[in-house]
Amino acid sequence: MLGRLSWAAIPFDEPLPLISMAVVMLAILGVLTIVTVKGWLPYLWREWITSVDHKRIGVMYMLLGLVMLLRGFSDAIMMRTQQAIAVGGAQGYLPPDHYDQIFSAHGTIMIFFVAMPLVIGLMNFVVPLQLGVRDVAFPVLNSVSFWLTASGALLINASLVIGNFARTGWMGYPPLSELAFSPDVGVDYYLWSLQISGIGTLLSGVNFVTTILKLRAPGMTYFRMPVFCWTALASSLLIVAAFPILTATLMMLLLDRYVGMHFFTNDAGGNQMMYVNLFWAWGHPEVYILILPAFGVFSEVVATFSGKALFSYRSMVLATLGICVLSFTVWLHHFFTMGAGADVNAFFGIMSSIIAVPTGVKVFNWLFTMFRGRIVYRTPMLFAIGFLVTFVIGGMTGVLLAVPPVDFVLHNSAFLVAHFHNVIIGGVVFGAFAGYNYWFPKVFGFTLDERWGKAGFWCWLVGFYLAFMPLYVLGLHGMTRRLQHISDPSWQPWLLVAEAGAIVIMCGIFCQVAQLYVSIRTRELRRDLTGDPWNGRTLEWATTSPPPAYNFAVLPQVETIDAFWEMKRRGLTPTQPIYETLEIPRGSPLGVVTAFFASVTGFALIWHIWWMAILGLLGAAVALLVFGWSDDRERELTAAEVAQLERARRGLRQPA
Amino acid sequence: MTVTTIDTAPAAIPTGVARGRGGGGPAPTRIVVAYGFWIFILSDIVMFSALFAAYAVLSGNTAGGPSGRELFNLRNVFIETLCLLFSSYTCGLGMLSAERRQAGHFLIFAALTFGLGAAFLLIEISEFAGMVSRGAGPSRSAFLSSFFSLVGTHGAHVTAGLVWLVYMVGQVLAKGLRAAVLRRLACFSLFWHALDIVWIGVMTLVYLMGAP
Repeated sequence: MLGRLSWAAIPFDEPLPLISMAVVMLAILGVLTIVTVKGWLPYLWREWITSVDHKRIGVMYMLLGLVMLLRGFSDAIMMRTQQAIAVGGAQGYLPPDHYDQIFSAHGTIMIFFVAMPLVIGLMNFVVPLQLGVRDVAFPVLNSVSFWLTASGALLINASLVIGNFARTGWMGYPPLSELAFSPDVGVDYYLWSLQISGIGTLLSGVNFVTTILKLRAPGMTYFRMPVFCWTALASSLLIVAAFPILTATLMMLLLDRYVGMHFFTNDAGGNQMMYVNLFWAWGHPEVYILILPAFGVFSEVVATFSGKALFSYRSMVLATLGICVLSFTVWLHHFFTMGAGADVNAFFGIMSSIIAVPTGVKVFNWLFTMFRGRIVYRTPMLFAIGFLVTFVIGGMTGVLLAVPPVDFVLHNSAFLVAHFHNVIIGGVVFGAFAGYNYWFPKVFGFTLDERWGKAGFWCWLVGFYLAFMPLYVLGLHGMTRRLQHISDPSWQPWLLVAEAGAIVIMCGIFCQVAQLYVSIRTRELRRDLTGDPWNGRTLEWATTSPPPAYNFAVLPQVETIDAFWEMKRRGLTPTQPIYETLEIPRGSPLGVVTAFFASVTGFALIWHIWWMAILGLLGAAVALLVFGWSDDRERELTAAEVAQLERARRGLRQPA
Repeated sequence: MTVTTIDTAPAAIPTGVARGRGGGGPAPTRIVVAYGFWIFILSDIVMFSALFAAYAVLSGNTAGGPSGRELFNLRNVFIETLCLLFSSYTCGLGMLSAERRQAGHFLIFAALTFGLGAAFLLIEISEFAGMVSRGAGPSRSAFLSSFFSLVGTHGAHVTAGLVWLVYMVGQVLAKGLRAAVLRRLACFSLFWHALDIVWIGVMTLVYLMGAP
């Protein structure tokens, strides 16, 4: 009846996950109680859960990413603590089986449920506004994407208390991840949560490619698009071209595990090296899916806070597209040691070094943008400068690792761990924080507190260097990654420094939570009444903060790059606009319903509860068929209503 | 600085914008829907390419079991191919009649498309069943795992297409050939033709290159 599920799946003998899960459950119950008692449920359902407004969906993506950041970070600090104390005779506090689950969950969560939601959340909020249009191409599909991502996150968190998670690392390499060596549900949790959220990500990619290529304000030619839109386009193209490879690869592993096929098994002709190749054929483009939008954020932030147009816009665009193409030609550098031979390794080593060139172009573009600019050191700009310094270091260690002979020494060492944290924290995470601080006033209509924001930045920057520079040293000393126990006591001082760094980063996270709290408390004092708090350059600053549901009552006419800056420069005076009837998409429960059934199906498949899996699939199919029948997906906003809304909006607005 | 909003921008579309550079404003829904669905199909083809790659890597790994040489029957494959290609032809004719708002013709062509697609699927299922009964099921060897996954995924797409076709016929009967229905039909037809493209790959790489 319940497949493999029984009371034995609850880890009563391990207090740590049980306690943390109990706390989470209590928190969720508490929130639900407050929401129900205060009668907010109808509002939440109508305005958020079933909302198909790209701005709301963007906010929910960011919220998901930030919450999961807390989860992924608690994994991180547990690992750092274990490595700092489990030296020599000491065994630390995490048994190997638990430690292995933690590093697997940390990697999986940070990539798929922190970095991706943060990046896609920013794209969701910003891209349609920058393009000067009213929504994405497929608003309901957008909601489906978000809820499927949330469904994957739900499954991965369920593994904390029902059953266990994979011990295979976040790549899930076979043969370890095959049924013969990982017979329990850990790998199945990994596979199904990634499959479900992967579909969501793919649909987001399709949505954004279509939006950017087909929906732009009149006059916005390709070479008038803001750089963030270019990077979002490149990132979405990569999603469309790379995520299906991951889906197919994980499907093969699922077929091996569920129906006894032999794609990657040790026997009957399976080939594990094919998994590694296919995984990284997705995995390397994935790196650029994450970093390109961060580059876009920095391009906007650096130009705005330097008070200058971005230096050499065209070379920035070309470098973005160059990286987009080249990212598919370097995947083998993740496994130089697999034995492809000197010629193949040499090719991929050279390609990996070449991809640093367009990145270098970008770094110089940002530097020249700041050169002789009037730089305003607000929190987003601090993150941008912190990024420039940190990312260049990470890039250089990356080029070092791209040299196959060097990689043979450093492969899977702490040096590698330091390298990719260097580019992901210094690049993606700093980019997400810069974007969060930069666009927050546009989203909610008030600015974030600068003092806490800056304190958070400095903690993150210092904490990052303390936490990861020692790992470079340890890697050169021969320390491999994922060690549950350290046998060489001479490494301990470095590991203690790294632990201190993790604690400083924790302070940074605390500052950011405090920043949000303080800003909400003092929001009346920090209202953005102009819609343009930073003296911005692109169209999102042309509408009010927060923007109305339809973004722009009349679509802007674009004549140059930095369209809004140009409008301000010309000092265009207000005229009476002529409003027309608008069609705005109705909210739809399709996303949350589909995701509910996807979660049920995923959970049932993980535990081999076949009847429940069939019911879940049927439920999702019926939801799709019912939605596919409907025609009335938009509601009209008459010209008179628009005019009334606009007058109310104007009343709040004051001159810049 | 004066108050400026986007509402104050000049009314006319800028004259300096050349065609083909995307300055014409948002595209109409008909274009957006079909374009988005094309992008989705591209992603589907990428997924198939991974399955093709797996097949190419594993096709020789028969692990002492039967190889394609012993299993494939080109006569069946020829009939399958004819069914699928003709179903695309009838699908195309159906789309033309739908665009001319000839619902009766559309229904005839839809029925033909469904019949040909179902025939394709039946032949494929009987081929699979025959192989399994001879002990050449998907868990026999890596070659057969990749064969069943690649060809089976295509078959699953055809099945989904047939369900979709019945559903669209229902929409045409219930609502007539209005704009929203035509948009969905256009997506269906793109999907159905894309399955042909994939099948040409399957036929060539799997059957022609693997048969005696």
